[in-house]
Amino acid sequence: MLRFLVRRTLGAVVILFLLSMVTFVLFFGVPRDPALLMCGKTCNADAIANIHHVLGLDKSIPEQYLIFLHNLVMGSDSFAQGPCPAPCFGYSYHSNEPVWDTLIDRLPTTVSLTIGSAVFFLVIGIGAGLVAAWRRGTVVDKVATAGAMVISGMQIYFLGPLALALLVYQTHWFDKPAYNDFTANPLTWFSGLLIPWVILSTIFAAQYTRMARSSMIEQLQEDHVRTARAKGMSRRYVFFRYAWRGSLIPIVTIFGIDLGSLLGGAIITEWTFGLPGLGQLSVQSVFFSDLPLLLGVMLFAAAMILLFNIIVDAAYAFIDPRVRLS
Amino acid sequence: MTTLTKEAGVPAPAGDGPLLSVRDLHVSFKTEDGVVRAVDGLSFDLERGRTLGIVGESGSGKSVTNLTVLGLHNPMFTTIEGEILLDGQELTTARESEMEKLRGNKVAMIFQDPLTALSPYYTVGRQIAEPYMKHTGASKKEAWNRAVEMLGKVGIPNPKARAGEYPHQFSGGMRQRAMIAMALVCDPDLLIADEPTTALDVTVQAQILDLLKDLQQEFGSGIIFITHDLGVIADMADDIMVMYAGSAVERGSVDSVLHAPEHPYTWGLLNSMPRLDSDPSIALTPIPGSPPSLLNPPSGCRFHPRCPFQDRVEGNRCVTERPLLGAGESACHLTPAQKRDIFVDEIKPRLG
Amino acid sequence: MTKDLLLPAPRDEGADAGGEPLLEVSGLTKHFPVKGGFPIRRTIGAVQAVDGIDLSVRVGESFGLVGESGCGKSTTGRLITRLMEPTAGTISYRGKDISRASRRELAPIRSEIQMIFQDPYSSLNPRQTVGKIISGPMEINGIEPPGGREKRVRELLEIVGLNPEHFNRFPHEFSGGQRQRIGVARALALEPKLIVADEPVSALDVSIQAQVVNLLQKVQRELGIAFLFIAHDLAIVRHFSQRVAVMYLGKIIEVGDRDSIYTRPRHPYTHALLSAVPEVSVAGEQAPARERIRLAGDVPSPIDPPSGCRFRTRCWKAQDKCATEEPPLVQLSGNRAGHLTACHFPEEPTTEAREEDIILDPALAALEEDTSKD
Repeated sequence: MLRFLVRRTLGAVVILFLLSMVTFVLFFGVPRDPALLMCGKTCNADAIANIHHVLGLDKSIPEQYLIFLHNLVMGSDSFAQGPCPAPCFGYSYHSNEPVWDTLIDRLPTTVSLTIGSAVFFLVIGIGAGLVAAWRRGTVVDKVATAGAMVISGMQIYFLGPLALALLVYQTHWFDKPAYNDFTANPLTWFSGLLIPWVILSTIFAAQYTRMARSSMIEQLQEDHVRTARAKGMSRRYVFFRYAWRGSLIPIVTIFGIDLGSLLGGAIITEWTFGLPGLGQLSVQSVFFSDLPLLLGVMLFAAAMILLFNIIVDAAYAFIDPRVRLS
Repeated sequence: MTTLTKEAGVPAPAGDGPLLSVRDLHVSFKTEDGVVRAVDGLSFDLERGRTLGIVGESGSGKSVTNLTVLGLHNPMFTTIEGEILLDGQELTTARESEMEKLRGNKVAMIFQDPLTALSPYYTVGRQIAEPYMKHTGASKKEAWNRAVEMLGKVGIPNPKARAGEYPHQFSGGMRQRAMIAMALVCDPDLLIADEPTTALDVTVQAQILDLLKDLQQEFGSGIIFITHDLGVIADMADDIMVMYAGSAVERGSVDSVLHAPEHPYTWGLLNSMPRLDSDPSIALTPIPGSPPSLLNPPSGCRFHPRCPFQDRVEGNRCVTERPLLGAGESACHLTPAQKRDIFVDEIKPRLG
Repeated sequence: MTKDLLLPAPRDEGADAGGEPLLEVSGLTKHFPVKGGFPIRRTIGAVQAVDGIDLSVRVGESFGLVGESGCGKSTTGRLITRLMEPTAGTISYRGKDISRASRRELAPIRSEIQMIFQDPYSSLNPRQTVGKIISGPMEINGIEPPGGREKRVRELLEIVGLNPEHFNRFPHEFSGGQRQRIGVARALALEPKLIVADEPVSALDVSIQAQVVNLLQKVQRELGIAFLFIAHDLAIVRHFSQRVAVMYLGKIIEVGDRDSIYTRPRHPYTHALLSAVPEVSVAGEQAPARERIRLAGDVPSPIDPPSGCRFRTRCWKAQDKCATEEPPLVQLSGNRAGHLTACHFPEEPTTEAREEDIILDPALAALEEDTSKD
């Protein structure tokens, strides 16, 4: 198991390295100069050259890349704005803040949004899927299946504004969604995020309902499940001990991917509800051609996805002894 | 060891009727294409401690019959008519909770493919111990010891350590042994073995068949042995029932069915199967055509579209009238004399 | 299949050449690498699927290859048809070494060696009509038979006992046995000289098996095609083959003509295999009782096979010599010509019952000990 984790972590580092390289090349491939954005009204060739020099954009691309890598690992004192300890992504072109601090600053919003909605969509989604599978073919099953089908056809940018319009602006039952620090006041944290959680998890839950139902039904038709019934185990026992164990594999797989990508920033959700998380940050970085911020957001999101991939693979080993012992 | 004290071969005292009695059983499934009549008017008895071999090809209803005995069909799509009496208890109308008490306890089952029939997620020991705990109320530790004991009995070397392993760490033959241990853990009166050796190699099959026979001596269970292989039946069973398209076409002792078969389908099976002692220069005589669809079975005798002897029955009876199976006979309109003559003059010489 | 069919006259090669070898295989070996290691994955071992086998198939002959799962019989078939690359050894076809031949060099020979697969459900493309499936090999090889490909396909369908009018149907419209007939027709399309049939009937119901066996036999005899017939069913191999080789863990342990192998086997494994076949004895009481041998456990892993003789770990006659010295495949004294056995301590050439059964399985031995005491 340890060998496996070490090998996978090394692999992830290599992927991040390649990804940063590709991002670099693509950034300079786009015919858009960040200096033009920063230069302002009194812009001339000299001013632009000066900005290029200050940002280090006058160096060759490979050279800039090496400097980026060096700073990332070793930190740097050569920034005009101040010291930049490792992991140093440099200072944002736009806000002049250290990129790493900005990321850390935005992280709680994204983590709160993700964890909160994950709890909702796992419980509701899988729960509904299990009920549908248990009562397969009955009205309950048909309602759950049809409901999941309808909801999974909807999108955040439809449900989100609808919820805001109804629950916030029309009825004033809720305040406008906002992120409040959990440590300061858990209650306002909860009420501020409730609407985004519910909307985001509704859409995810539908997917989990369908998946939990179909994989449970598939598992219930397995030979070993029939064997368990043939030796006198009750339907409930077989459902939760034998079939459930097998249907966990596809659920964990998708959950890992979802969690990883949500932690990298739920772009549309954050925009819809005006929550300043990593998703908003990534849009900003592209908008302002902010290379340090872009690299920071990209690599952070990629690292999250890779991390959860490794966690998912490790989880397989806990679920399935065939993976663990081979 | 308390449950192992039953004397070899001596029937259990309860009741003096047959252990299992199936009467006019009909099982049909609702499918998208229509109603499949998987079992259509089947009757048979099994005495205590005896082995009934059921032989038939895919779709003959042999497996469905036995899943129905255990009540493992899906009640939503299945219709069952007729009687299944186990020790006098009616099973077709029994409540689910009563069936749960019987399964794995009084009636146990061994399935074809031991790789898929054991759960990959739990240790072999746990899977054997589970029904023992459930049916005897034994503690976890007692049940585990019982599982180890059973694994030793079925010939798994070092059973103490192997009980803690998972099925994928066992070889094919060892898995089937574990399956047998699981089926016998509660000392069942009836053991249903559904093609238990079809997935195994021939030398391993021989070990498993002998093991089952020897264990039957010790446990005194009645066995229903389902297979498509007449050789395996000849080796295992006391009585044979040949099934075709959902019903029995011939029934009798191994000796009478294999040495003086009466039904054209049984003849066809014997003639289409090479043996180690047959004359290889005599060509096989296949049964023409293929098995019928059970969505829309043939009228009259189900076998008539494939039967080469149809024209020897007077009139159109094979097409219009369904032959019935009496005790120790065959479901065929040929007269007993015709059956004897055809077998001796036309079938036996081709057997080499 | 009852009426006489329009079969092309048997080709002269099949008719006149009695013992001429068509295919000769020597030292054929296939090892599959096993990956592992840390931190960099590398080859740490090999599955010795086929490990140095010699065999020859004569023109028009049917040669049977039997053995249990994992013995390498299917791999051998795939090596001979060059669906897999051999690790070592030579395969020569009509005296020409094809074991390393390139695609181009192989092209003319490919059409002469065809394969029939086990599973009639997955070996036919479900999106192609039967006509397309059967004419495919002709198209690929650029063969334009007289009267056109369609006429040839109709002929082939008739030879294998299918209705030529079903030319435009898809595989799913046929039953298992009929699909295997389509597989046979496809193999015949290029007028092959050798067909490798890998478990061609084991997926079929008993009553259908006989239909396909008879068809293959007709093809073999009437068209003079040589067969390498690979199967685990000893009775079917006996029925179909003139010569038979028995494989165990990647080696041929005994080979000879049919009668010699089935009635005068010398290798203990052949004895065990034959004695394990459950039989319907039609003769009843008159037949002499067969010997009873019950081995212990399963076949060992081909990743780390036993030294010396590979069967020694399950053999009741094994001695020290068997662990150190691999027995050569030779003709033992008293055996017919061509009956070769790889064993240091061969058995008597009979399959009749012994004074005492050989029961190596400890559980069986214990249970039978108990019952004999009672």
